[in-house]
Amino acid sequence: MTEAVAFPQDRTCPYHPPAAYAPLREARPLTRATLYDGRSVWVVTGHAAARRLLSDQRLSTDSTNAAFPIPTERFAAVRSRRRAALLGVDDPEHNAQRRMLIPGFTLKRTADLRPRIRRTVDELLDAMVEQGPPAELVSAFALPVPSIVICDLLGVPYADHEFFEEQSRRLLRGPSAQDTEEARLRLEGYLGDLIEHKRDKPGEGVLDDLVEQQLARGRLDKQELIELATILLVAGHETTANMISLGTYTLLRHPERLAELKADPELMPAAVEELLRFLSIADGMLRVATEDIEIEGVTIRADEGVVFSTSVINRDTSAYAEPDTLDWHRSARHHLAFGFGIHQCLGQNLARAEMEIALRGLFERLPGLRLAAPAEEIPFKPGDTIQGMLELPVTW
Amino acid sequence: MDILIDKGVCIGAGQCALTAPDVFTQDDDGFSELVPGREDGAGSPLVREAARACPVSAIKVAP
Repeated sequence: MTEAVAFPQDRTCPYHPPAAYAPLREARPLTRATLYDGRSVWVVTGHAAARRLLSDQRLSTDSTNAAFPIPTERFAAVRSRRRAALLGVDDPEHNAQRRMLIPGFTLKRTADLRPRIRRTVDELLDAMVEQGPPAELVSAFALPVPSIVICDLLGVPYADHEFFEEQSRRLLRGPSAQDTEEARLRLEGYLGDLIEHKRDKPGEGVLDDLVEQQLARGRLDKQELIELATILLVAGHETTANMISLGTYTLLRHPERLAELKADPELMPAAVEELLRFLSIADGMLRVATEDIEIEGVTIRADEGVVFSTSVINRDTSAYAEPDTLDWHRSARHHLAFGFGIHQCLGQNLARAEMEIALRGLFERLPGLRLAAPAEEIPFKPGDTIQGMLELPVTW
Repeated sequence: MDILIDKGVCIGAGQCALTAPDVFTQDDDGFSELVPGREDGAGSPLVREAARACPVSAIKVAP
């Protein structure tokens, strides 16, 4: 076994796993790593083992468990006070929450949203063209696309986007623990008021459906609904925004792959799947073992922490040939960028549709799009949060 | 080919219908079901891929 690597670490290049994870890539299917607080945990690095373990309900996502692994100081400060809805609860509680949300995120409901997504993409590109180059693509395009769409789907007024985008940023990236806690309270206060408003004046969003069908019938209490609304709103825009910004940067850094995509837009769904695998922006899913688990000749003991490094897992050579190469013609299916098991991303089909329409629209409308700063100088997010570009200066 | 879907386990991720849309669809509640007339998989080579794509192994295929 190799010497324990620190986890998480910053990426060296925004679209590759951190260079410092090289030992993890040599130690499949699982090895040890050290968290910021000095605690040693298991890191799952193999694709097949990750599929098995993410499906294993002896691994819990309950962050209030004293043995839960803590990746950052700010997470340590808030994790014991309350569990996140959905992602932070195990079955059967998780199942009850998830079942209420499934109808809002089906393939059909997502397909119905496509014209709305296309219109949003077109309007934002119109505004960019009108303004003229250069532009900062995160704020002009990558963030507003999913933000507008999730508002529409949930029934949250987009007029409030500056407020909830800022709170989401603080919730996920702090920098301080106080930022994270305060942002959560503010978001919850805002969504609580919105839910009260919806009780009086129901609209047509997923939150309106939940108020009418679950809250009003006593199947859900208000605090639980607020927590669900919080995770839907935050996860519904931050993640896809990162995929659009980092996906664009990655395409601009791979001109041959981009040319291929421009020549054959039908490749876009496969390209989105490959970008999901290649970029693995949610890198470091956390679990704690509630019982001893035997896997591949190793025993994960009860109360041990387990981290899934998706950037490493999705480049396992036993699952993908030449995994460090972007290839639209490989089958990237079965990547674990959305996780696996009961917690696999609820919004994944919406995210796919948004990425397809956004990237296709962007390069069709602005075929000459290019970076407006030296690639190596463009800042990206630190390793302790969801990966993506902090800024993306472009011109055309 | 026999295809069995355990709706009690299904989490409505829709990966079966995304992978093999000729054979799998989602009912009004979002749970997996077989497309009428395609209950035997209609010879689709994607049925096994769809079963493998299911995050909760709710789909069993035999033989």
